[in-house]
Amino acid sequence: MPQSATDVADFAQQVVSGLSSGSIYASVALAIVIVYRSTGAVNFAQGEMATFTTFVAWTLVDHGLGYWGAFALTLLIAFAGGIVLERVLIRPVEDAPVLTVVILTIGLFIALNGLMNWIWSAQVRSFPPNRPFPTRTIDVGGVAISIQDIGIVAVTLALVFALYVLFQHTKVGLALRAAALDRDSSRLVGVRVGWMLALGWGLAAALGAVAGLFTAAAFPPLEPNMMRAVLIYAFAAAVLGGLTSPVGAVVGGLALGVTLNLLSAYVDFVGTQLRLPVALVLILGVLLVRPAGLFGRVAVRRV
Amino acid sequence: MAPLLELRDVEAAYGSVKALHGVSLRVNEGEVVAVLGANGAGKTTTLRAVSGLVGYTGAIAFEGRTIARPSPERVARLGIAHVPEGRGIFSELSVDENLRLGAYVRRNGSWKDERARVTGYFPWFERRRGQQAGTLSGGEQQMLALGRALIGRPRLLLLDEPSLGLAPIVVREIFSIVTRLNEEEGLSVLVVEQNARLALRAAARAYVLEVGRVALEGPSDELARNESVRRSYLGY
Amino acid sequence: MRVVRPVVTVLAVAAAVAAVFLTPRWVSDIDLAEMGVWFIAILGLNIVTGYTGQISLGHGAFMAAGGYATAILVADHGVRDLWTIPLAGLVGGLAGFVVGVPALRLTGLYLALVTFGLAVATPQLLKWDKIDGFTGGNGGIQLFNEDALLGKGFEDVEVLGHSLTFTRAVHYLTWAIAGALLLLAWLILRGAPGRAFRATRDSEIAAAASGVNLAAHKTAAFAISAFYAGVAGALYVIAAAFVSPDTFPVSLSLTLLVGAVVAGLGSLWGLVAGAAFITFADDLAENVSTAPGVPDTVYGLVLVVLVLLLPTGVAGGLRRLLSPLTSRL
Repeated sequence: MPQSATDVADFAQQVVSGLSSGSIYASVALAIVIVYRSTGAVNFAQGEMATFTTFVAWTLVDHGLGYWGAFALTLLIAFAGGIVLERVLIRPVEDAPVLTVVILTIGLFIALNGLMNWIWSAQVRSFPPNRPFPTRTIDVGGVAISIQDIGIVAVTLALVFALYVLFQHTKVGLALRAAALDRDSSRLVGVRVGWMLALGWGLAAALGAVAGLFTAAAFPPLEPNMMRAVLIYAFAAAVLGGLTSPVGAVVGGLALGVTLNLLSAYVDFVGTQLRLPVALVLILGVLLVRPAGLFGRVAVRRV
Repeated sequence: MAPLLELRDVEAAYGSVKALHGVSLRVNEGEVVAVLGANGAGKTTTLRAVSGLVGYTGAIAFEGRTIARPSPERVARLGIAHVPEGRGIFSELSVDENLRLGAYVRRNGSWKDERARVTGYFPWFERRRGQQAGTLSGGEQQMLALGRALIGRPRLLLLDEPSLGLAPIVVREIFSIVTRLNEEEGLSVLVVEQNARLALRAAARAYVLEVGRVALEGPSDELARNESVRRSYLGY
Repeated sequence: MRVVRPVVTVLAVAAAVAAVFLTPRWVSDIDLAEMGVWFIAILGLNIVTGYTGQISLGHGAFMAAGGYATAILVADHGVRDLWTIPLAGLVGGLAGFVVGVPALRLTGLYLALVTFGLAVATPQLLKWDKIDGFTGGNGGIQLFNEDALLGKGFEDVEVLGHSLTFTRAVHYLTWAIAGALLLLAWLILRGAPGRAFRATRDSEIAAAASGVNLAAHKTAAFAISAFYAGVAGALYVIAAAFVSPDTFPVSLSLTLLVGAVVAGLGSLWGLVAGAAFITFADDLAENVSTAPGVPDTVYGLVLVVLVLLLPTGVAGGLRRLLSPLTSRL
């Protein structure tokens, strides 16, 4: 247990940076939950889509656009891209078995990864050259907290809140939720379910773009495999929170970020090398013990 | 005057299994029409064809015009509200949210007014607005489904097996509301029912389906009075 | 009709045997050995994914298990590479069993998640410095370094009085094993276990209701397919005479899936097509562009297109064309 002031400071720093990486996991986890709720399938390509859009952002900045301008434009591009992907690739298999859709997203994963290698090559880049948040630290009660960490958490939470408002307090949000819950009943009241699914993909893609941009900033360099591990952490967060629960995804992501940081820092056995296996064991453990996760709904399957 | 709804030789199949072998029926404006028959006769399929949930050949015309490229979304916008078998409410959403969805396609009229109008028929909606729909009783869910259908001010209501799984007293209440709606607001209704007796009392005319075809049709009081018809087709 | 099937089978076998011995000059032994490895791996994957409907995105991990088992046995314990193959298979099978036991509790999607995590985590796990001594860490293991085996790996091999180059020997060995495993798979899938597997895929509830022991069959399918992957991994490592944590990356597990989909999930006929696709798509893609990433782009697009157009893969498409002639294995 932390004893001295420096111990407390270290602990606090680990927690804050854990919240920061946890925000990234939460964004991707939320994206996965949104798609899962509406289609019943997990989009295995969510990470690669995020990386791809981050490369797009890099290209925009490379051509002279300021960072935050590129950030905003990238979100729009990602949003549109997500919609297009759903309409073109997923719509034909909307009613196909879940595993067919999964295989399709795997194909997308492979193709996007290859495409990134092709267009931008595996050469590592630092992104952004002009950082989104200053990387210096500020003093909070004697503890040095990175402004970037604060920035990442703040922006992520703001986005999550915006999505919350969208889903719970707007007509479109209601339609999105309805389409995810029961397609036929939604159609009967006139909801254009296909477009709602596409909208879901668009939102998920935008969330992924944010996660990608922050990953590149916090965990450089920007390279095609950047989001591999993040995707697994996001899966773990989504499963922990419950695949059907947006709240669970966010809480799960933050909790996972903090937990992994603390484990890495204080449990020598885990160190920095076993983070991924730990996440994997977590996924397995949760699925075996409480498949619905912390906040999810239990789908009873008695055989 | 053209009937409000007209089906002409409608055939429908689920995959390779044919459910409707050429059904023709009519609902005139302001009428309550019942579709009766045994399980598997094709009653539900008939309604699903009208609302576009299942593909079909043949013609279905609403307000004199054939419904082109039918889909539930389009049909809902035409002013046809379908309360499906199993009610079709969103169990994870609240009573109020379910009602709001009923108004999804309507642009005119204030939401508060429409909700007040419907709450007039189901006063308990007011008290239980925030309650999760899945926690309602069967009868309440049926009423919620009905309320949701009504909020959009439909011209035609499709009711599929409203009595299914409900206690008789609840069923009577639902049918009395349907009758009120028909008399007070001129709502036209096409109701599919297994409980033929109740349906015949509420409806002006009825069709009896057998194996995907119309076996019998006529004014409901005639059908109800005909003993052999009752015994062979209606089960009572 | 009844005469045609055995005739077709005999012809197919004859063609296969001929192909093995009459390889055209431009296709190297290593290519064919590689193809054999993919064949075995996809065969295994097909048993689980195609026949029981469970999806595994982590078979690269089982190949790694077998591959490392072989490497450690050969390099550290001087075991003759040939004899390590069944052992490697068993190691793979054991790993598959360990994964399969909890797996039977998960529905397809969750299993996909877990196996995907396995695929991503395995290379990292292999790099863990605490087991460096065992796995050779980042540097991997060279198979034929030991004095006793020095040079053995690449010298000509004596077989039945003929002298074969190492690569050719590996090529024949791989296809001999592939043939044996194919036969084994065919036997399993024709019999009661196969029917049980297919029943599980089509409807778990119905299968359970008819008395199929779901848990046992799902786990068995997983373990068997992991055994195959282990064997494939061993052969791969023997051919390359080297293994490292990056020999079996995530992309490999996914590539296996692509191969299995091309082959046609749930059918044994398209396997050669799937294996060939994996082996040669790289080269063909390079004709389009030598830029890196092109093969993957091609793989991914092929997978996407296949899923959209041919839900049952190449074999399914072929089967539809030839349906009066052949029947499902």
